[in-house]
Amino acid sequence: MRTLLVWVAGCWTLAGLSPLALANGWNMPVGVTDLSREIYSLHMTIFWICVAIGVVVFGVMFYSLFRFRRSRGAKADNFHENTTVEVLWTAIPLLILVGMAVPATATLVKMYDASDAELDVMITGQQWRWRYEYLGEDVAFTSNMSTPRAQIRGEEARGEHYLLEVDEPLVLPTNRKVRFLMTADDVIHSWWVPDLAVKQDTIPGFINENWVNIDEPGIYRGQCAELCGMDHGFMPIVVHAMEGEEFDEWLAERKEAAAEEALGVDRDWELDELMERGEAVYGSICASCHQAEGQGAPPAFPSLAGNERLIEDVEWHVQTIVNGVSGTAMPAFRSTLNPVEIAAVATFTRNAWGNDTGDAVQPSEIAEQLAQ
Amino acid sequence: MAPKLPPQPPLEHSSAATAGGAAAHHAPPRGMLRWLLTTNHKEIGSLYLIFSLIMFFIGGIFALVVRAELFQPGLQLVNPEFFNQMTTMHGLIMVFAAVMPAFTGLANWMIPLQIGAPDMALPRLNNFSFWLLPVAFLLLLSTLLMPGGGPNFGWTFYAPLSTTFAPPSTTFFILSLHIAGISSILGAINIVATILNMRAPGMRMMDMPLFVWTWLITAFLLIAVMPVLAGVITMMLMDINFGTSFFNAAGGGDPVLFQHLFWFFGHPEVYIMILPAFGIVSAIIPTFARKPLFGYASMVYATASIALLSFLVWAHHMFVVGLPLVAELFFMYTTMLIAVPTGVKVFNWITTLFRGSITFEPPMLFALAFVVLFTIGGFSGLMLAIAPADFQYHDTYFVVAHFHYVLVPGAVFAIMAGVYYWLPKWTGHYPNVRLSQWHFWLSVIGVNLTFFPMHFSGLAGMPRRIPDYALQFADFNLVSSLGAFMFGASQLVFVAVVILCVRGGEKAPAKAWEGAEDLEWSVPSPAPLHTFETPPTFSPHVH
Repeated sequence: MRTLLVWVAGCWTLAGLSPLALANGWNMPVGVTDLSREIYSLHMTIFWICVAIGVVVFGVMFYSLFRFRRSRGAKADNFHENTTVEVLWTAIPLLILVGMAVPATATLVKMYDASDAELDVMITGQQWRWRYEYLGEDVAFTSNMSTPRAQIRGEEARGEHYLLEVDEPLVLPTNRKVRFLMTADDVIHSWWVPDLAVKQDTIPGFINENWVNIDEPGIYRGQCAELCGMDHGFMPIVVHAMEGEEFDEWLAERKEAAAEEALGVDRDWELDELMERGEAVYGSICASCHQAEGQGAPPAFPSLAGNERLIEDVEWHVQTIVNGVSGTAMPAFRSTLNPVEIAAVATFTRNAWGNDTGDAVQPSEIAEQLAQ
Repeated sequence: MAPKLPPQPPLEHSSAATAGGAAAHHAPPRGMLRWLLTTNHKEIGSLYLIFSLIMFFIGGIFALVVRAELFQPGLQLVNPEFFNQMTTMHGLIMVFAAVMPAFTGLANWMIPLQIGAPDMALPRLNNFSFWLLPVAFLLLLSTLLMPGGGPNFGWTFYAPLSTTFAPPSTTFFILSLHIAGISSILGAINIVATILNMRAPGMRMMDMPLFVWTWLITAFLLIAVMPVLAGVITMMLMDINFGTSFFNAAGGGDPVLFQHLFWFFGHPEVYIMILPAFGIVSAIIPTFARKPLFGYASMVYATASIALLSFLVWAHHMFVVGLPLVAELFFMYTTMLIAVPTGVKVFNWITTLFRGSITFEPPMLFALAFVVLFTIGGFSGLMLAIAPADFQYHDTYFVVAHFHYVLVPGAVFAIMAGVYYWLPKWTGHYPNVRLSQWHFWLSVIGVNLTFFPMHFSGLAGMPRRIPDYALQFADFNLVSSLGAFMFGASQLVFVAVVILCVRGGEKAPAKAWEGAEDLEWSVPSPAPLHTFETPPTFSPHVH
């Protein structure tokens, strides 16, 4: 008897927790798009349906466990099988399900309508960062986690947005329909921002489609949702939503900067300049696999520091960066890095960590190769 | 030309066997050899159960490594690479080496006893299918020590993370799954052959205990889908070692094809892990409510419907891979439909309790906890079926909470209920009641502390399979970790109960539980090594 009481107390505690789930941080966010609100309301509807069924089912169960205990002198009945009851408990759940399927279908149809978008953004998942390209605008950049490793190791105090902060957020306009075209360079990733109710796998070799129309300016955070290897937990997403005009200004600035960068391809670069630029590219692109000091993580990720083939064969080295190595984790960077970045990172890896070749790979050489 | 025949068994054996009686049998070989060579369904059943218990602890230790790392934010104990190996190995070991062999062990022990057969239909095959398992899983565990580490791509091993980007040990992982798969298929064939051919005279299909029915259906599921798993891992093997491109888009393949094939195996697989649990609970609840199961026939039909539907729902694991709208709708509707036969089962159990005469022996405690907690897992399953909402739930801790509710207080509690229920038959002693109750209450509290907060962390935005997390998830993870250690420790009590029960305890009569009806309770406790050498007379009780 006493055990039974504990049982019931335990269950009521569980039931008692569910209203708490409505408080912030315990439940799905309502989000900032029409669709996210619809999804939230579907979620709450099905949740309350489950609660209602649970109250009835567990109610009858616990009533029986109290009322029909042998210790209270209960004598067992012998009834079994009753067609009416069995038809009812098949038909009623079926009707509830139909009632649930109707709004779910309507929402799903809306989610699949990505037509008439005003802006197309290509999202590419890479181990372990995101690349964003504003299609037709000549603006593209990669977005890396900016939380310092020292915070992860516990050597520094952790910031408010620990693990959910990036060097360059995806900037989007509010009140405009934005279409996402999503793919990946290596393994499957999944781009997820709860407040936008967008979660879509990015699959190498295939392009998925999704869309948002954000109501409120703000910063929205999410992270990769599909296991994608070692640093799966460390590829956050930050979306910075701004009013249309502000966004247009931002985009114009970025376009200008990109055009300036394109001019840099034609001039001769000093070794120091290339090293400085290359170090930044290496830190945001290469270090996640080949590690901060170029030591790599064999066998999957070869060491670059003191790598003989790299030191001796500049042509092979550049080829590897441009075209990747098929059948391994090394992707081709011909379309994700521009000639300046490729030249800079090649120069950096040829001269850092005691590699000291003294080579300065020029952007113009790379541009020539890419053109072939 | 006469075919070369295998050597005949010694004459004394066959002639003595026809004479009947205990003296008819060889003294079994002694020591290890006895266990290596045994063809006895009870001994093989025990081997399966002991093996799965050991693996349950190994898989549990992996889970505790994961929970220890997630105890607080930051990386404290392991690096992300090893963390991924732990989550992967935990899943693989628990699914393939703990839960599945435990059910096969119960099937080996109980199906012949429940249908009045002297043994399994194919005893040598039975020996072979068991001894494949230690080989398979020693091989799998050894990958952790190989250069580059063991499997680190999740128990669902999605390509191309598990092919192009996998550690070199993946080929051994594939071999080990092949061996485990052969073991499962052979075991399933044996069970089907036994149930269809060796029932006591007069026992019709619709007279069989529900554990036998659910296992018959499970065995057909295994035979249908294990070859699909074998196919998909062979394709991986080819992609890794022979330059094919089944799952490599650069060579014309498709990574999503992997997921379709995997889940065509994987969804029936999750029912393989729960249908026999339904059978066990359907035996225990009527026994301790002292009242026949409310709807025997509808339970059989519900089990069959769930099994058939399980082939039509696989892509609900793939709602966010970019399926066409029509496919999303189809898989959403079929998945929601599964709630109907599952509901029928729960309603049946509860109606069986209604106006019964209920007592709360340890097997009943676990069976009742199963009904409540499995139903909670069913509710979150229904929520996950709603495709638009799944765009938010998918790959979060909400999913982790869901499938642990159906697998831990679901499948694992049912296995434990079955062990408590049948231990008197196996050992001749009742398990210690006090200790069993301690085990039960610690497990129930531990399991809920571990998995209930995961609903919240998942809804709040925490993805699965991450070694470190944002600060807002810290409280939930702390509670989950404490609960996990509590649950893990309480399983030591279980081991104590089992060992004590084997060594002694209150003597159990043939019919160990007052309300128990099936054939296994007609043989002495402990069941002698050989039972039903002459078929029992079976008189169908009204179901």
